[in-house]
Amino acid sequence: MNQILEKSHLNENVARMVIDAPLIAAKAEPGQFVILRVREEGERIPLTVAGFDRERGTVTIIYQIVGATTRLLDQLEQGDEILDFVGPLGRATATEGLQRVAVIGGGVGCAIAYPVVKKLHDQGTWVDTVIGFRSSGLAILDDEFSADSSRLFRVSDDGTYGEKGLVTDILRRLLENREQYDEVIAIGPLPMMKFVSLLTKQFGIKTVVSMNPIMIDGTGMCGCCRLTVGGKMRFACIDGPDFDGHEVDFDEAIARSSAYRAQERLADEHVCNLLKGGC
Amino acid sequence: MPNMDPRRQQMPVQAPDKRICNYDEVALGYTPEQAAAEAQRCLNCRNMPCVSGCPVQVQIPAFIRLLASGDTEGAYRKIIETNALPAVCGRVCPQESQCEKLCVRGIKGEPVAIGRLERYVADMHSAGLRDALKAPEKIDKPAAAVVGSGPAGLACAGELVRRGWRVTVFEALHQAGGVLVYGIPEFRLPKSIVRREIDALKAQGVEIRTNVVIGRSITVDELLEQGYDAVFLGTGAGLPKFMGIPGEGAIGVFSANEFLTRVNLMHAAQADSDTPVQRGHRVAVVGGGNVAMDAARCARRLGADVTIVYRRTRTELPARAEEVEHAMEEGIVFRFLTNPTEVLRDENGAACGLRCLRMELGEPDASGRRRPVEIPGSEHDIEADCVIMALGTSPNPLIRDTTKGLETQRWGGIITEEETGKTSRESVYAGGDAVTGAATVILAMGAGRQAARAIDEAYHARMEKNNAND
Repeated sequence: MNQILEKSHLNENVARMVIDAPLIAAKAEPGQFVILRVREEGERIPLTVAGFDRERGTVTIIYQIVGATTRLLDQLEQGDEILDFVGPLGRATATEGLQRVAVIGGGVGCAIAYPVVKKLHDQGTWVDTVIGFRSSGLAILDDEFSADSSRLFRVSDDGTYGEKGLVTDILRRLLENREQYDEVIAIGPLPMMKFVSLLTKQFGIKTVVSMNPIMIDGTGMCGCCRLTVGGKMRFACIDGPDFDGHEVDFDEAIARSSAYRAQERLADEHVCNLLKGGC
Repeated sequence: MPNMDPRRQQMPVQAPDKRICNYDEVALGYTPEQAAAEAQRCLNCRNMPCVSGCPVQVQIPAFIRLLASGDTEGAYRKIIETNALPAVCGRVCPQESQCEKLCVRGIKGEPVAIGRLERYVADMHSAGLRDALKAPEKIDKPAAAVVGSGPAGLACAGELVRRGWRVTVFEALHQAGGVLVYGIPEFRLPKSIVRREIDALKAQGVEIRTNVVIGRSITVDELLEQGYDAVFLGTGAGLPKFMGIPGEGAIGVFSANEFLTRVNLMHAAQADSDTPVQRGHRVAVVGGGNVAMDAARCARRLGADVTIVYRRTRTELPARAEEVEHAMEEGIVFRFLTNPTEVLRDENGAACGLRCLRMELGEPDASGRRRPVEIPGSEHDIEADCVIMALGTSPNPLIRDTTKGLETQRWGGIITEEETGKTSRESVYAGGDAVTGAATVILAMGAGRQAARAIDEAYHARMEKNNAND
């Protein structure tokens, strides 16, 4: 089993854990994910790797409490062990040869965007980073992004963090100012990635999105994570999770992501009741 | 005198109306009296046609003779000389197209119920909780890595450990057993039996490491670098196929793998499981193999009206005869000569029906079965809020994509030397569905065992050569 070495909250609903996982730490690259389970009869959920330390043999995960499993995960503290923790899964984000990139992060998706920004920055790529949150209380990793971005643009729905607006407002301005990018990398909620892709398509800039559909095994076995990309069926777990944003059928992906919404809500309520105090 | 009754002993089963409300095993197993009577039907033929129909050459007349003489434990020992998982095979092998097909008693009546007797012997053995198989006298051979803990991997591991190898089995999921735990439902193969068989291997010294994805967590090359003398790839054929028709991305459309994994591995039907599964009102299952029957019967137990849509006729159904009969008894409707062309969707992107064409059988195709041909203008819709695609699977690409020099077929199967399971890579062997594409538990086990023998023989050959050189 894999022990939790550190745990800290980044905001009320988002926490970071550093997990002892030498096998995964030895191999993990930005863009890849792990699958974990927190209890017997628990579900398997994918979480994208938010960082790793090959020497220490640790993997960092950042999760938002959105349902039963993340709520149970958040009950674990430093020193506890995670029942099942497997990875790294999926393909790494391709960064080779990129000179100028804009990385767009939305909400907790920023947890996944950050290692990509860092990798690009470390290899000498110019990185314009645009991060957006609903409000300042939900912002995460500001220091990290500041340190590793060539330029950092902050934006929030209510204007309490950076500018008021959407990440696409900033990106549009950059593109209209004739900023040249080899690629735009967008990581966040499905609607955000959809609108980033629609925007960049107008400017003809290649765009990579990180898809996070419902998964079970994460190794290509169940087909639950299938997406339509360029008219073809692809599995996010083995073909992705990164795909060409101009080719992804986002409307289908958005519909599929809601397949179990009712059950998810019930399961979460059940966990809340178990944990008493309510949520 | 043998028992000359032309008919075999009937298998006691749970009544259909009762069993569709639970997940308990359907076939209940012979009583001692039934087993004795059935064992006496075996003529003990000298040329043993049945054995030649068994992919692992279980010594069938020999074990049945021991059983008939009252030595059930002796019969068990006889079976496990060649078959590591008798309780599993007795339940899931397609005996009617293997050993029992060649049984002489089948010429003028029903063949000896070999599978049921195998199951009886295995169940009696474990009910007695006899001294579990102990670790071999000495483990004095190098380490071998077995990738995948399904039938091929377990059979390979069992044979290697018996021959004195140090064996580690790597499993990607959180639980060992492969298709035996994620695919085949509880009512056909109780998971306690799989666990027992795996525990027996562990007791013999096999180490099982779950949550390790070979090809991702560790590559095959790294296993060899880490000092494993040989690697066996028993990774199965896990990648589900879809039809490529419009609407397959709709909510409510599943691969059989997904549906079965939710129910079997993740226990989605249990109240205490966190994994949900859609409980359809009307479920359409596309396909006619064992997996289609398993998915249909699970959906039935979840409370749905279930229709199996199959493009050929009952004669061509590839599923075990018993599974088809059980499915029919459970009220599952079969629509033969019917082929889907589109999944119909409602305004929320959820499946609401299956558009189909009727078919007729034309000339035989490459498989020797008559090819289904569309009847023009026969388009019609079947109501369905859940559609399960059980169209077969192909090998997972993870290992072939990460192992340089490992040759594969164009469709993904690993290329091996038939007798030994040797791949194009030195010290790397493969067997089971990863090589053949989706087939049966027993064929995979046969291949696993064969590769284990080849691994052991290659080791001995090397040792002899070294000794000769000294």
